[in-house]
Amino acid sequence: MRLRRLSLRSLLRGAAICAALTVPGKAAFAQGQDRAPQYFQSDIQYGAQIFTSQCTSCHGENGDMIPGVNFRAGQFKRVISDNDLRFTITNGVPGTAMQPFTFGASELTGIVSYLRNMGSFNARGLLMGNATRGKVLFDGAGNCVSCHAINGRGPRVAPDLGDIGTLRTAELIHRTLLDPAGSMLPANRPVHAVTRDGTVINGRRLNEDTYTVQLIDEQEHLVSLTKKDLREYTVLKSTPMPSYKDKFSSQELADLEAYLLSLRGVK
Amino acid sequence: MKFGGRALRLLILFSLIPCPLCAQVTAERLLHANEEPQNWLTYSGSYSSQRYSALQQISATNVKNLELKWVFQAQSLQKFEATPLVVDGIMYLTQSPNDVVALDAKSGRVFWIYHYVTSPAARPCCGIVNRGVAILGESLYMATVDAHLVAIDAKNGHVLWNVKLAEPAAGYAMTMAPLVVKDKVIVGVAGGEFGVRGFIEAFDARTGNQAWRFDTIPKPGEPGHETWRGRDWEHGSAAVWVTGSYDPDLNLTYWGTGNPGPDWNPEQRPGDNLYSDSAVALDPDTGKLKWYFQFTPGDPYDYDSVQIPVLANANWNGSPRKLMFWGNRNGFFYVLDRVTGKFLAGRPFVKVNWASGLDTNGRPVLTPQPPGVPTYPGIQGGTNWYSPSYSPRTGLFYLSTWEDYATIFSGVNTEYTEGQRYTGGANTSPIPGAENPLGTRQGPINVYTEALARGAVVALHPETGKPAWKFDMHDVNTSGILTTASDLLFVGGREGYFQSLDAKTGALLWKQNLGGEIIAGPMTYLVDGKQYLSIASGNGLFTFALRE
Repeated sequence: MRLRRLSLRSLLRGAAICAALTVPGKAAFAQGQDRAPQYFQSDIQYGAQIFTSQCTSCHGENGDMIPGVNFRAGQFKRVISDNDLRFTITNGVPGTAMQPFTFGASELTGIVSYLRNMGSFNARGLLMGNATRGKVLFDGAGNCVSCHAINGRGPRVAPDLGDIGTLRTAELIHRTLLDPAGSMLPANRPVHAVTRDGTVINGRRLNEDTYTVQLIDEQEHLVSLTKKDLREYTVLKSTPMPSYKDKFSSQELADLEAYLLSLRGVK
Repeated sequence: MKFGGRALRLLILFSLIPCPLCAQVTAERLLHANEEPQNWLTYSGSYSSQRYSALQQISATNVKNLELKWVFQAQSLQKFEATPLVVDGIMYLTQSPNDVVALDAKSGRVFWIYHYVTSPAARPCCGIVNRGVAILGESLYMATVDAHLVAIDAKNGHVLWNVKLAEPAAGYAMTMAPLVVKDKVIVGVAGGEFGVRGFIEAFDARTGNQAWRFDTIPKPGEPGHETWRGRDWEHGSAAVWVTGSYDPDLNLTYWGTGNPGPDWNPEQRPGDNLYSDSAVALDPDTGKLKWYFQFTPGDPYDYDSVQIPVLANANWNGSPRKLMFWGNRNGFFYVLDRVTGKFLAGRPFVKVNWASGLDTNGRPVLTPQPPGVPTYPGIQGGTNWYSPSYSPRTGLFYLSTWEDYATIFSGVNTEYTEGQRYTGGANTSPIPGAENPLGTRQGPINVYTEALARGAVVALHPETGKPAWKFDMHDVNTSGILTTASDLLFVGGREGYFQSLDAKTGALLWKQNLGGEIIAGPMTYLVDGKQYLSIASGNGLFTFALRE
C-alpha cells in the first residue's frame, strides 16, 4: 500500500476538520432527562426535512391527523421525554399504523428537535440542501478531500467522514463549517510532542491516559508515547481548518451540510 | 448407637439448620475486625470504615515485586463494583446481577456459585451492580437489584431465607453490601431517580424477620416533615445505596442518604427536603434517629451524600474526640462530631461555585449560578460513592476526586409516574456539543475527558481540610482507596491502572495496567503467611502478592 505524503499544514487541517466533524453524536441530553435544554435551528430544519418526507403521509403537514396527537400543540399520546419520543419512533407502536423507523442518531435528534418546536417553526425561507451539489463542493471548491477520507478513500491523518451523518447532528456540522476552531471538540484536538532526544511528533490523538498517549502521526504511523519520556507535550486548541462562512453562500453551505448528513457509512 | 428413622430424620434436619454455636464469624469478631487483618470481614474492612489494614508485609521497598497470582473472570459484562470479603482463607465475592461466589483466596479456584434470578421488573438507575456481601455466623447476606435481601449458607451457597423489601417495578433496588450489627442485617434502598421514598431497614439475621425500618423522608406528623411541601415527600427519594458504619461504644450506625426527587428541579419540592443528602445516626437496635446533619439542603444538583462515613478517634483542637470524616459529592470535606452530629469544620477539596462556603452550622452559603452557567462540581460531584480511606498512622484522609469539573443544570417540571424516571430536567456539558463525562467509562479510549474534568487522589489534613498532597490522573477517578500500616496507598482508576502510592507523600511506587476500568475498592488479606491484594477491574477480580 502506498502512503500519501502530506504536509503538516494539510495534516493539521485535516485533523481539524475531523475534529470538528467526528465527535460522537450523542444526544444533547443524557439518559433519563426529560427534554434537551436547547434545540438547535439546524437540527430543527433537518428534522423538518425528514418529517416532510417520512411522516406527513400519516401525521399530516401540521402533525394533527392522528386523533389525540397534535405535534404543533405539543400533544402526544404516550410521550413524556425526548427519550420516549426516540423510543416510539424507533420501535413503533404495536397494534397501530405507527411502524418502527431505522433512523440514525442525527436523524432522531433532528426529528425530535422539530417535533418539540413545530409550533413555532416557520418552514418558509428554509434552505433545502442538495447532497449532490454538496459532494461537488466537498471534492472541489471546499478542498475537503485534501484532508478527509470518505470510507477509506483519502488521507488517514484526519478522521474518515464516511459515517459523519450518523455521528454528528446537523447543528454541529453547521457550526463547524462556520467556526471550526470555536466548535472543535476536545476529542479532536491535535497534539504536539517533543521527545527527550529532540524528535518532534505531530499528529492526531487517538487515546491518552495518565502515563501514555497514542496517536497517528503525520506519516500515518500509529505511535505510542510514554509521557515521562517527553520533553514537551501539548494538546492544541487551534485548527487550520478554514471557515466556510465567507467562502460559501448560504445555499452552498446547505448543500455541503446535506452531503455530510447523507454519509452513513458502509452498509 | 443405632439411629432409628425418626432420629435420623432429626439429625438430617438439624444438619440443615445453621448452628449458632459453631458460628464462623461471630458478632464479637466483627466488632474487632481490625484486630484480625488477615481477614476482611466487612465491606469497608471494619466498622469504622477506614479501609485501612494493619498488614505491612507489602512495603515501599518491595511493592515493586508485586505479581499477579490469580484472576477471577466474572460471568457478566456489567460494571464490577464489588469488594470481596475474606474469612480464614475463603473469599466471598458477588458478580452481577446477584451471584455470590465462594473462592479459595489463595488460588482463586471456586468452591460454589449461588445464582440469584432477578425479577425482570428490576430497574436500577445506573447499572445492574452489586458491591458485596456481609457475613454473620455461617451466613452470608446479599441485597439484590430487585429489592430483596437474601441469606445464604456460607458453606454451600444454599438459600436460608429471602425477603422482599419493596416493589422493583416502582424503581426500588439494592446495590450495597449489607451491614451486620449484632444480630441484625441492615440495608438501604436505591431508586433516587425514580421518585421512591427511601428507607433503611433491619432484619433478624437468623430468621429474616423485620426488626425495624427508618424512612429517610418523615411522613406527616414526624419531625422534619415540615421541610416538604404538600405531598412532595411521597416521591422525594433520599435513597440509601452505600454501606453505613458503626460505632459500638456509642451504639450508633451512620448512613449517607441520596438526592431529593426530582433530582434537578427543586421548584417541585421547595424546602430543605429532610433527610435527603444527609448523614443520619441510627440506633441499630431500634432504628431510632439519634441525630442528622444535612449537607446539601434542597439539593438541585443530585449531590447524593452516599459516601462512606469514615469514623476516627483523633485529637480535635488538642483534645481527643470521636470524629466522622466525610468527603461529600458536593465538593466539601466535612468533619462532624459523631456523638452529637455537631458540625466542626468544612472546606472545599475541589473547585466549588454553588456555595461560597459553609456557615458556623455547616449550612452552605448558596451562590446558585445563572441559567446556562456551569456549576462546580458537576453532576457526578467532586467525589462520589467510591470508598475513601483514613490512615491512623499518617493521620490523613484520602479520597478520589473529579477536578475542575462542571455541569450546566436546568430544571423542568416532571410528572411522577410509578416506575418511570423522575429526574426533572437536564444537565449538559460546559463545552457545547461535548458529552458530559459519564460516571463510568464505556471503553478503553479517552480523548476528551481532560477538557471537562480530571482525576486525582487527594490526601487531606482533617484538621484543616487542606491537601497534604495530590496525585493527578488524566481521567477522572472513580476508584476506592486502601491504605496499609506500611504507609502504602492502593488505588485504581477508570484508565485501568492499579497503583501504589506512598501514603505520606503521594509518590508513585508501582503500577500495573489491568485493562479495564477500576470502580471498586481494593482490599487486602493474609493466607498462610502471605499478604494478598485484590481489586476488581473491568470484568475480572485481580489478586496480587509478592514474587516468591
